[in-house]
Amino acid sequence: MDAFEVVRPGLLTTVQDLGRIGYQKYGVPTSGTMDRTALRAANLLLDNEEGLAGLEATAEGPTLRALLDLVVAIVGADMQPLVDGRPVECGTAICIRSGQILELQRARRGLRAYLAIAGGIDVPVMLGSRSTCIPAAFGGVQGRALCQGDRLPIGLAGRQPMALSGRRLPSGWVEPIGEVLTVRVVLGPQGNQFTPEGIRTFLSGAYRLTPQMDRMGARLQGPPIAHRSGADIISDSTPLGAVQVPPDGQPMILLADRQTTGGYTKIAVVVQEDIFRLGQATPGQVIRFRQISVSEACDALRAYEGRFDALRRAWQSLLGERGSYSLSLGARSYQVGVEGGRGTYRVSLKGAERKSEDAEEQ
Amino acid sequence: MSVRCLDGGESCLVVELGDVIELALNRQVRALGLALEQARMKGVLEAVPTHRSLAIYYDPLTIDRDALKTQILLLYGSLVDQGDQTPRVVEIPTVYGGEYGPDLEFVARHSGLSRDEVVRLHSEPLYHVYLLGFIAGFPYLGDLAERLAVPRLSTPRLKVKAGSVGIGGRQTGIYPIESPGGWRIIGRTPLRLFDPSSEAPTAILPGDKVRFVRIEPHEYERGQSGCL
Repeated sequence: MDAFEVVRPGLLTTVQDLGRIGYQKYGVPTSGTMDRTALRAANLLLDNEEGLAGLEATAEGPTLRALLDLVVAIVGADMQPLVDGRPVECGTAICIRSGQILELQRARRGLRAYLAIAGGIDVPVMLGSRSTCIPAAFGGVQGRALCQGDRLPIGLAGRQPMALSGRRLPSGWVEPIGEVLTVRVVLGPQGNQFTPEGIRTFLSGAYRLTPQMDRMGARLQGPPIAHRSGADIISDSTPLGAVQVPPDGQPMILLADRQTTGGYTKIAVVVQEDIFRLGQATPGQVIRFRQISVSEACDALRAYEGRFDALRRAWQSLLGERGSYSLSLGARSYQVGVEGGRGTYRVSLKGAERKSEDAEEQ
Repeated sequence: MSVRCLDGGESCLVVELGDVIELALNRQVRALGLALEQARMKGVLEAVPTHRSLAIYYDPLTIDRDALKTQILLLYGSLVDQGDQTPRVVEIPTVYGGEYGPDLEFVARHSGLSRDEVVRLHSEPLYHVYLLGFIAGFPYLGDLAERLAVPRLSTPRLKVKAGSVGIGGRQTGIYPIESPGGWRIIGRTPLRLFDPSSEAPTAILPGDKVRFVRIEPHEYERGQSGCL
């Protein structure tokens, strides 16, 4: 089943999921979304599994014609989405009728917008993922960015669209990037190949994102970082978010489509949540690095995952999972049972029954 | 040198077994990677072997770093070096020079050899595959004859054709797909070395041996149409 036909592809629109795991030993990049936070949230809004594939639009979004009745969600950069010319909201489930036109415009804030479709984009899985791998030209739609006339197939949607209404990503759930983006890093693997002065420079200097930034990496410009004895190492694996420092001392952050191995020293690795924030930064953005320990980074990751758990819990209860709750009002307490779903909820309260079409009223 | 565990962020542990490019060390890295795969430890996502280190990617909310380190050191301690028992030999038919190897001339001049001598020196050894890296399916092969070691291009080419055979430092390699590249290109093979539609996507694997076999341009064209 095809969900959308591409009317205008936008600047660089690719199919991405959470990336390719297990093939770096063959030299295959992980690829995947540049802003995992946004893609996961968009999928959660639609009750999709978090790893389903969506569209990643860059700087200027695509125009798409719906070929079916669809439910979609858009999270990430604000591309002022329109359906048949009328503005629709980001961070909610949006119903689109067959034949309608969804248009994502130029990004006003942020760089990348993620469009998830209920059921997910169902391009063939290659090496364990649907992500487009541009450097090796495979995955996604024929291994490339979308072109006019492409059609995007979808998988089977889980819940009915009605059941998704009322969901909204809490405002401020994704913290917007300020004037200065402070990026937390764990030093290493080659932190000891820099002079103490070099480390100090790295952790205290202000760096600017240059226009040389793409899905492979982002070059920064700022005070040069001094090596102890040269920038070359015997090539080794390049983790996502690694801050590589070539001979000129200007750091480069390695991103989703990076080479799997590299021969330059890596002074630090950016913690996961902040890698995804970098996915929304635009050229000229000022970046500062803050060192944290491995265990602090694990705590940060736990807190980050906790925010997704909270969303899941909030939206699951809206979906009318069967349950029994005790409710205290003043001195009295009640047993409240909830059952049903798909927009109709049956709530029983001490034997009395009431039906509603609107979950939020409950 | 003893084992060093380096931090590659909160979800990657780099286990460094030495600091040289050397066959025995590289074999240890691969053996450790294999042992780790077989151990199927919960929370370990993938392991990437390189010349002298193994990068282990894992979920730190499932497995704790110290527990992982302990396990790795145990695995390392129980490795038995069995050598490369019967390595697979992969032959790479290669056209040298001309449009297929635009830098052959430079390499000959730089090394003070004739083009034929360069080709002979390059196609003589049985190379060891140290690792796959850089781009999909790119094998790092060693060791290249010392006389053929030339500096890389100061400005990398934006497009190196798929199948190109290059040399850089004491290593030689093959670009399986079209990509940018800074190595000196001396030849090209018609073989398809990367196929993402296969679960085992590369024709060459770490630990294999590779030999280049000189062919003529007309054989290249035949090879490309699948007749080799």
